[in-house]
Amino acid sequence: MKLLPLVFANLRRHTLRTVLTILGVALATFLFATLRSVVTTLNAGTEVASASRMVVQHATAIVFPLPMSYRARLAAVPGVEAVTWANWFGGQYGDGRVFFAQFAIDPASYLAMYPEISVPPEQRTAFERERTAALVGKGLMEVFGWRLGQDVTIRGTIFPGDWTFTIRGVYTPTVRALDDRSFIFHYDYLDERTEHRITPGWYILRLSDPALAPTVAQTIDETFRNSSDPTKTGTEKAFNQSFVTMWGNVQFLMNSIGMAVVFAILMVTANAMMMTARERTGEVAVLKTVGFTDRTLFVLVMVEACLITVSGAVLGLGGAKLLYAGTQFNGFGFLPGFDVTAATLVMGFGIALLLALASGLVPALRAARLPIVQALRHVE
Amino acid sequence: MALVEVRNVSKSFQRDTQVIEVFERLSLDFEERSFTALMGPSGSGKSTLLNLIAGLDRPTSGTVTVGGAEVSAMRPSALAAWRARHIGFVFQSYNLLPVLTAFQNVELPLLLTRLTRRERDERVRIALGVVGVEDRMHHYPRQLSGGQEQRVAIARAIVSDPTLTLLDEPTGQLDKRSAEEVLALLQRLNGEFRKTIIMVTHDAHAAERAKQVLHLEKGVLAA
Repeated sequence: MKLLPLVFANLRRHTLRTVLTILGVALATFLFATLRSVVTTLNAGTEVASASRMVVQHATAIVFPLPMSYRARLAAVPGVEAVTWANWFGGQYGDGRVFFAQFAIDPASYLAMYPEISVPPEQRTAFERERTAALVGKGLMEVFGWRLGQDVTIRGTIFPGDWTFTIRGVYTPTVRALDDRSFIFHYDYLDERTEHRITPGWYILRLSDPALAPTVAQTIDETFRNSSDPTKTGTEKAFNQSFVTMWGNVQFLMNSIGMAVVFAILMVTANAMMMTARERTGEVAVLKTVGFTDRTLFVLVMVEACLITVSGAVLGLGGAKLLYAGTQFNGFGFLPGFDVTAATLVMGFGIALLLALASGLVPALRAARLPIVQALRHVE
Repeated sequence: MALVEVRNVSKSFQRDTQVIEVFERLSLDFEERSFTALMGPSGSGKSTLLNLIAGLDRPTSGTVTVGGAEVSAMRPSALAAWRARHIGFVFQSYNLLPVLTAFQNVELPLLLTRLTRRERDERVRIALGVVGVEDRMHHYPRQLSGGQEQRVAIARAIVSDPTLTLLDEPTGQLDKRSAEEVLALLQRLNGEFRKTIIMVTHDAHAAERAKQVLHLEKGVLAA
């Protein structure tokens, strides 16, 4: 502790260099936290999936709908307790710059399937009763400044035309990872206004026992194997993951970029530490002459490196946590529940400490091993 | 028994393929409370001898003993601790740490002791008072004159009350007046405070202030 003022004095030696190095580490840890949070948020979307829910989609691709007649046949499969369905609408609001998901659903069965979607009872009744009603996430209401009872017109892309809905309900997810920026409306309204008959995009099942999932999936897929619309049945988690993998190997990409950034900053920090150490060769000799041991000098340099990287990590990770929480960032609707988790913060600090070790080790060893007489020639 | 005993010390350096002999079987003593000036031309081995006595370097053969402790046989970590307790070293170019104030520079050796902050504070003020720069204690080296810097360096060398004070060309970079002041200070440290001083110098005028003058010529003690 007595030697800490010496460390702080050294950090003040080249204030600009120290500040820039700290900012470099802050930027690296900020980017790390951001990129890692993209991965954890995407994964959280799959974690929110219920173990007792399964999704049935077309075996070829999710863009191919399934016949409505499957509803009754799915309900009859042993172990299936409830069935609902949904369609992707894919419309645009306003200039279309703000993306949000729109689903056509069967209100009663869908809301019964998802207890995580919390709606005040009177709003739920109003939504279920009116064919052109919409149920909108709280976050989406805030984004556009919509009010309950307001008419909202969405331009259809898959289903052409202007579609006007009246907001009759606002839902709040009871779990953070569930998107609060979705727009839900009646399947019947979509069906009625579309020239040709539409059919469900996918079915969602609730099982009486999650352990039955493999058997149920096998039974359903076997049932429709030789039909014109074969199915692919999986858990809701697997279904959600399929959306994540539609982005490509996001995890690999994000982690690769994150590590590249950290490595680049490692080079910068190590270079700054080496420059500092070289400049202080004479001072190291003086300190050794005064009686500082090799070990003490090693520790002093390492503490200095740690202070730089930990300060940067506090700025970068703390900044990321506060910024994203404060602005309720959600990646323009693609990353609902975006959050810098505690695990990410711990990993970030771990990386900062590794950075300190990697950047400080060489100059610290150099200071410790420097022969006094050789170092004195540097100054005499 | 002399405070410093140099016995049959040889020291050689390897420069590329060439071996340079600095001393061969050099023996000499320095008495306690003595003030010795070591003179000689460049390359005569004065500074090397000072480094060997301070434990900054090791002899190729022979022994160096200070206050009964065989410096040349100590392990590096023990040597650092021994230096902190027994050696005060003053360089030609002051070598104050530019990021520390005069007070903090003088306090450096005391940071390695178990003294409390208050005790350290008291000792630093006394040392700065002895060398006459107490009023500059909160100044950084760049805010001091050369003479003041060297006084602070001397205060750093004596603050832990070492057994031996070693000075390598302490007036080499000073103007005449500052050099006189530093030499007077050294005389006072030796006379009034009974410090044992070994000073390497080129300057015959500076050497006159010492009680004893030794001449080294090509690693050999001249008469």
